[in-house]
Amino acid sequence: MKDLNRRTMIGLLGAVPLVGGLLTSVSAQGTEGTSSKFLATGKSSRELIAERSFPNVVLTTHEGKKVKFYDDLIKNKIVVFNFMYANCEGVCPGITMNMGRVKKLLGPRVGRDIFMYSITLKPEHDTPKVLAEYARMHHAGPNWTFLTGKPEDIELLRQKQGFTNPDPVLDADKSQHIGMLRFGNEPMQWWAGCPGLARPEFIVKEIGLVLGNNPWPHDGAKSTKGGVR
Amino acid sequence: MANISKRNRKLEKENYEAQKNRREIIAAQLSRREMMKMGLLTSAGLLVATKGLSARARNSAGHFISGGGGGGVLPNTPPSPPTSAFTQAFTRFTVKQPVAALNPAPTIAPNNAAGEGRTISHQAFTQFPPQKFYEITQAQGSINVHPDLPLQPMWCFDGQVPGPLYIARYGEPILIRNHNNLPANNGGFGKNQVTTHLHNGHTPSESDGFPCYFWNSGQFYDQHYPNVLAGVNSTHIAQGGDINEAMSTLWYHDHMLDFTSQNVYKGLMGMYNLYNDFDTGDETTGFHLPSFGDGVSDDSNFDVNMVFSDIVFDQHTGLQVMDTFNFDGVLGDKFLVNGKIDPVMHVHPRRYRFRWLDTGPSRFYQFFLTDLTNLNAHNYFYQISVDGNLMPNPVKVESVRLGVAERADVIIDFSQYAGKTLYIENRLEQTDGRGPTGNVLGPNQGHKTLKIIVDLPPIADNSVDPATNPHFYDLPEKTAPPRIIRNFNFERNNGMWAINGKFMDCDEARVQVTLNSIEQWNINNNSGGWQHPVHIHFEEFQFLQINGQTPTNNPLVQVGRRDVIRLEHNMQAKCRWRFRDFIGKYPMHCHNVVHEDHAMMLVWEIMPPGVPGNNTTNP
Repeated sequence: MKDLNRRTMIGLLGAVPLVGGLLTSVSAQGTEGTSSKFLATGKSSRELIAERSFPNVVLTTHEGKKVKFYDDLIKNKIVVFNFMYANCEGVCPGITMNMGRVKKLLGPRVGRDIFMYSITLKPEHDTPKVLAEYARMHHAGPNWTFLTGKPEDIELLRQKQGFTNPDPVLDADKSQHIGMLRFGNEPMQWWAGCPGLARPEFIVKEIGLVLGNNPWPHDGAKSTKGGVR
Repeated sequence: MANISKRNRKLEKENYEAQKNRREIIAAQLSRREMMKMGLLTSAGLLVATKGLSARARNSAGHFISGGGGGGVLPNTPPSPPTSAFTQAFTRFTVKQPVAALNPAPTIAPNNAAGEGRTISHQAFTQFPPQKFYEITQAQGSINVHPDLPLQPMWCFDGQVPGPLYIARYGEPILIRNHNNLPANNGGFGKNQVTTHLHNGHTPSESDGFPCYFWNSGQFYDQHYPNVLAGVNSTHIAQGGDINEAMSTLWYHDHMLDFTSQNVYKGLMGMYNLYNDFDTGDETTGFHLPSFGDGVSDDSNFDVNMVFSDIVFDQHTGLQVMDTFNFDGVLGDKFLVNGKIDPVMHVHPRRYRFRWLDTGPSRFYQFFLTDLTNLNAHNYFYQISVDGNLMPNPVKVESVRLGVAERADVIIDFSQYAGKTLYIENRLEQTDGRGPTGNVLGPNQGHKTLKIIVDLPPIADNSVDPATNPHFYDLPEKTAPPRIIRNFNFERNNGMWAINGKFMDCDEARVQVTLNSIEQWNINNNSGGWQHPVHIHFEEFQFLQINGQTPTNNPLVQVGRRDVIRLEHNMQAKCRWRFRDFIGKYPMHCHNVVHEDHAMMLVWEIMPPGVPGNNTTNP
């Protein structure tokens, strides 16, 4: 039985309809390939990524608007985001400043086809008002959304996005929080990350990798125009 | 009847998928031009037929493509579905065959008009004109990893995972035309821009697979491998290079900036054996190491390449998944040897040379030979190389430890085990991306990775017995004073992977070394929490000291020529280098490729002597 493929099996069984479970012991080797036990899931990789990594929790923007994390902020978008908190005296100010420079370099694409978010790790303290003040202080300008929410939702988001430390003591220390930026293209499932303190000009080039073109640094014969340089 | 209703369902499903794709594209507000760039739209304005944005599409073979999240034994990671152990055969590599000619013929300058993605001219093409030509294609394939799992839409060289094995010879330069036909739709992870690194060829920068010299889907790239010994243009011109720098076991893998871990995990890797008049592949000549033979048959091939990788499969779809939302390192819970989960190999009662490679992405291994009928036995074998470079003499060992990208050639004499069954068992405990815990498990407590049954009939063995202590190459001298000593600290600052506090940047060569000079690099890990297999491209180094001590071969081999430093907790490794023969940019990076993709990498550059800007400072 081990080496039979589904087509052979159908022949042997006299064209019995493919009922779930009937063929579970049949090997996946051969032309048909897929074991029937894996046929009926109905979920795309994109849906699985959303389920596993982008909990659709309700957040509040620094402008007081309620938004759903996946539906409103991630789905169908090219995004750049990080985790921070307003009274962070460690890496946050430098990273926020860097993101401001990234935003400036990306120009009018921000808010049009690239979306920027900063999510607080101290939602108890960082009310929309506090975040609005933080955004003003950093000259964040329009189209860069600062987000707060229920502490348990933020924690879930942080865990699912992997902004964690495997050492539980360090993980609990907010001053040691992960200073990476996440960037990606949700419909294309292109996800990457880079340090928030990397050179902003280079961060912009890295974001360029998920825009769907390759404008740098190795312009070849089919180099594309209009990308981020 | 059953067939008709099946066909109707299929059509219905395809219509539904096409609609869904269109809706998603509209919702994504992608412009026509952007869609064309993404490879989703043909120039005629039609949606690419089989695959849209939704990954609930099918590949050309009709198999579902999906994937998503996961990561195995880590958080956010359901375990893989069960698979039966040791029910499928171990498979050898396919040997890559050359072509008579390439069309268009290779050019020194990049042939951008013909679709080449290269931008830098070959620097050694005239000096080492290619004598053999190869053509290879990277594309999505359908890979059978285990009969209990569906075929996998992995990314392949020539439709295979691992890709084919190149059989190369010193003194025989080759050129490989490397086509990128990978799809935009990745099924959950992977990026269809590539740069193939030959780890650790003595290769000019423009052919090395430098992470910033990547090329797009639809393009090709001619990679020129001179297959020359280090010193060929510098210290050993008369001898045609330093024979003591000869390398044996190399591998190739994708090195795409920010996406190496995804692309290699998805299948873009293979191996490359380099022979010469000593390490001949024929056990009746040279060093008399076990014969490569035809490379494929049980009765002829005793020089066997083995790549070890660990993968997670989605419990619902049965397809390979990767947690791309992980900065620490990704571990799998299924262990593959040459792309097969838990395979069985049958061997003759004679000596074999196994070429072991850890392809990662993040796991370290320590391999022992386990005999379940005698767990107390010490089953010794001989390690003959570190990082694929033959040592002066074989070293008798009970185990070999490998970090990601490390290779070890070993000789195992199965004549003493005739009729028995053995396992290559990984006994090194590792529970997350930080590296191994340090705990080496007891016999049969680890993961039995390859089952070996010594049940093939006796067969002639003309290979050298490593117990007679044969001599291979001497170690190159390492006493001449370095031009400079530099320190590199591999660090984690607020979760950001750094070298000396700074991050990967394609536009900045942080270290400039003078062509044909000697340097000492002290590679340091000041952390007790993380380990980093650090790889430096281009030339092999030797340890001068590890943690202030002269390196030894007991209990694990440290002496030899290396290209990976398995930087363990709080380790300080003093390494000695030369940078000979070619100029250009190369990286140094952590080969836990998840760390590499998150900027634990720097660019260094070999500069012609006398060029201003050759820095002698610590970067």
